[in-house]
Amino acid sequence: MYSSIQNLHDDLKAKKVSSKEVIQNYITKIEESDSKLNCFITKTFDQALKQAEVVDQKISKGEELGLLEGAPFSIKDMFCTKGVRTTAGSRMLENFIPPYSSTVNKRLDAAGAIMLGKVNQDEFAMGSSNETSYFGPSFNPWDVSKVPGGSSGASAASVAARMSLCSMGTDTGGSIRQPAHFCGTVGFKPTYGRVSRYGVVAFASSLDQAGPLSLRVEDAFRVVQSISGKDMMDNTSSDKAVPDWVSEAKSFNGSLKGKRVGFIKEYAETDVDPEIKEAFEKSLKVLKDAGAEVKEVSIPLIKHGVSVYYLVATSEAASNLSRYDGVRYGFRAEVEDAAKGMSLDDFYAKTRSQGFGEEVKRRILLGNFALSSGYYDAYYNKSCQVRRMIKSEYETAFKDVDFILSPVSATQAFGVNERVQDPLKMFLNDFFTVSVNLAGLPGITVPVMKASNGLPCGVQLIANQYDESHLLQGALTLENEFKFYEEVPSV
Amino acid sequence: MSNSNWDVVIGLEIHAQLQTKTKVFAGDKSEFSSLPNQNLSPITLGMPGALPVVNKTAIDYSIKIGLALGCDIREKSVYARKHYFYPDLPKGYQISQFDKPLCENGTIEFSVEGEKKKVFIERAHMEEDAGKSMHKGGYSLIDYNRAGVPLLEIVSGPDMTTPKEAAEYARTIRTILRYLDVCDGNLEEGSMRCDCNVSIKPKGQKELGTKVEIKNVNSFRFVEKSLEYEINRQIALKEAGEEIFQETRLYDQAKNKTVGMRSKEEAQDYRYFPDPDLLPVVLPDGYVEKIKESLPELPLARGKRFQDEYEIPEYDASVLTQEKEMADYFENTVKASGNPKASSNWIMGEFLKILNEEKKEISEVKVSPKNLGSLIKMIDSKKISGKMGKAVFAEMWKSGEEAEKIVSEKGMSQITDPDQVLAIVKKVVDSSPGQVEQYKGGKNKLFGFFVGQVMKESKGQANPELVNKFLKELLDT
Repeated sequence: MYSSIQNLHDDLKAKKVSSKEVIQNYITKIEESDSKLNCFITKTFDQALKQAEVVDQKISKGEELGLLEGAPFSIKDMFCTKGVRTTAGSRMLENFIPPYSSTVNKRLDAAGAIMLGKVNQDEFAMGSSNETSYFGPSFNPWDVSKVPGGSSGASAASVAARMSLCSMGTDTGGSIRQPAHFCGTVGFKPTYGRVSRYGVVAFASSLDQAGPLSLRVEDAFRVVQSISGKDMMDNTSSDKAVPDWVSEAKSFNGSLKGKRVGFIKEYAETDVDPEIKEAFEKSLKVLKDAGAEVKEVSIPLIKHGVSVYYLVATSEAASNLSRYDGVRYGFRAEVEDAAKGMSLDDFYAKTRSQGFGEEVKRRILLGNFALSSGYYDAYYNKSCQVRRMIKSEYETAFKDVDFILSPVSATQAFGVNERVQDPLKMFLNDFFTVSVNLAGLPGITVPVMKASNGLPCGVQLIANQYDESHLLQGALTLENEFKFYEEVPSV
Repeated sequence: MSNSNWDVVIGLEIHAQLQTKTKVFAGDKSEFSSLPNQNLSPITLGMPGALPVVNKTAIDYSIKIGLALGCDIREKSVYARKHYFYPDLPKGYQISQFDKPLCENGTIEFSVEGEKKKVFIERAHMEEDAGKSMHKGGYSLIDYNRAGVPLLEIVSGPDMTTPKEAAEYARTIRTILRYLDVCDGNLEEGSMRCDCNVSIKPKGQKELGTKVEIKNVNSFRFVEKSLEYEINRQIALKEAGEEIFQETRLYDQAKNKTVGMRSKEEAQDYRYFPDPDLLPVVLPDGYVEKIKESLPELPLARGKRFQDEYEIPEYDASVLTQEKEMADYFENTVKASGNPKASSNWIMGEFLKILNEEKKEISEVKVSPKNLGSLIKMIDSKKISGKMGKAVFAEMWKSGEEAEKIVSEKGMSQITDPDQVLAIVKKVVDSSPGQVEQYKGGKNKLFGFFVGQVMKESKGQANPELVNKFLKELLDT
């Protein structure tokens, strides 16, 4: 098993191992461990082995390798993959096989990545624990009585358990960064607009952003470098030039002299688990020791972040999920009485009642309420206003600092079934992550330490829009110190 | 029941399908003549993760229409989602525009029975069409070829007061759309659709009455007829002391009546909000001006020019400019004939008469403007008589031949040699002594008989002026 793509490439080029052997090893690991973790919804081993053969041919011919050549990936089931079932963790898409691939998958293919399969998630990415999946929960590889986090829970779990080297996740309010923290991996959400959303099942269009989970910081940037850049199929994708982060990582000398790291006053005043605080303080010291100046910044409206997030996200979700009506594809309720048939309203009601799970229905109801006439101004419109203000508060903060350090979550991974009955508590879990999506900022989770209960603890770095290079420097500094990738769960 | 106690208020919502090659938010072909459900992309089918990208040509066409309707064009317009469930609407919402439409605040001018009328255009916004549902037995079939075809919805102010005005307004919009060559304006085939909003109120009252929307109106005649029916229905209700409900009613053309479809209680809450998948359309400086420069001369301006330049009456000018093809035909005929008035008369007369009888388009007509011009020239130079001209024209219509050729082949040219004409006149007078006797006895009506006989003898070719002159000389002396 490898912990970085660079190491893998070194071994492949030195012919210490073939790509096929590497892939076979990962397949064996999945077959050993996944019965305990429930990560893979659909496995694509045959295709993966075929791709590995192509990589081996390339190596034998001495051809240049792509940035992600031969790297084994698990892919969150939000990404449409041509000819491969894509469920979004929902009964609604239980048997949906898309006739197209997401732009992310096309670019991963072009860079040589190898997909081992599609992995579990909260249904339509709505959840923070992977427990809302129609395919059952995934479990945390450090302690299978705990959740892996969500919604990209199985992405984090599969990487932490060494069932894949990297994974693609999506992050709408923390869905990459929080499971990375729970499972002890790197989780990187780029700036909104960096990565095309085309072919990624939509949850909340103005917040959704795809990104990788990996063991190493450089890998995460390597993936984002491979998949970023303008896509004509996504109007909201950015045409900003994509930096060569792989080279930037190589040439980083470990010094943060002249850099300013901020911490958010309002977060510092929030109660968190003592070991979460410890991870944060250790990290701050590491950054300071590397030469960074530490500054306090204030984002006063951040306290409304969760409320604003749950209004904006549910409004967009209610709209985005209108297309699942049983007419053209996906789940369709059966007609109970063929002689009577079914009215159109019944058809919709039954299809959507049976096809969606409880959490998804709760959010559709909430979103439709926020958009309905008479409430629009008070809820949706007001949320958008506060969102713009949070964004501008961050902009002000980034005049004083180059990046911000914060916790990812108030706790480590919680127990399976512990919070699923308490949606509000589950929502509040997202306090440290949602404002980053509201402001469209890049954020990255870096694992720092194991808590006394044996569960990982990470921290989050946040930078200004399109300033991922600062995140890279901060994250590499932490990684060099903590080297969490050396820790392997025993599952 | 009487109209005189009531004011009628009518406003129209016209949907114009824009003739772009591809759909408004997807790259699939914008044609639905092909087999059902051909060439559909994941975007048109509303599949998971598929995203819309706006078609620039659709924006340009919409701006053209907006400018032709005198609208302000918004520098920054916003697409919004309009939500409702129906099987032919793939995403569960229609991409439209809500509070920031591309075009707004325009006016158009037209005349109704000689009276000038101005109508305010509140807005014209872009949106996507839905698919087509067909219900057969217990099944519903859906064709999504039409889903995503670009539409511009043109919303008038509540400025019309009679069904005739409403129909004329719709005709004027159609004329403009066709001049711009962005929509073929075919109501029957649905490439242009009219929804009519109508309410009544006691004469002189300021506050508007409850409005009813009429859908399924697929000709200009039905715009008029459905509104007439609906106004009478509303007046009858009011005069019977009953209330009018805000509702949508379908027009049944076979029965010439409107039928309730859905009432306001069942009305949808569309939950509009800005589409997060599409950035606002921001037009660069000078963009609108550039499109403005490319606009063709529009019907109203062209009609005014016809009156000035060709000295033809307003009515003729307005008929001749109703279709761009017609106006072009007229101008080319004038070029060839050098006689605007006669060109207008010919086109407004024989030409339109046969065209309408045969239900043909101008593009199908075999008579070229150049040939019609030559025909008019032959009449003007007295080579043939007007009456012969009609016969030659009929021949031209059938064969597409040049006038000269027909005239010479059929020996139809006019006999203008006085000696020849006099000889024929003499022959007729000499062979009808009885009638000459009666004429001289005071039976003046018989003059026509002699003219007829001369024409018969000359196979209609004798110059009528000479015939008259010689007959008078011979008979009245």
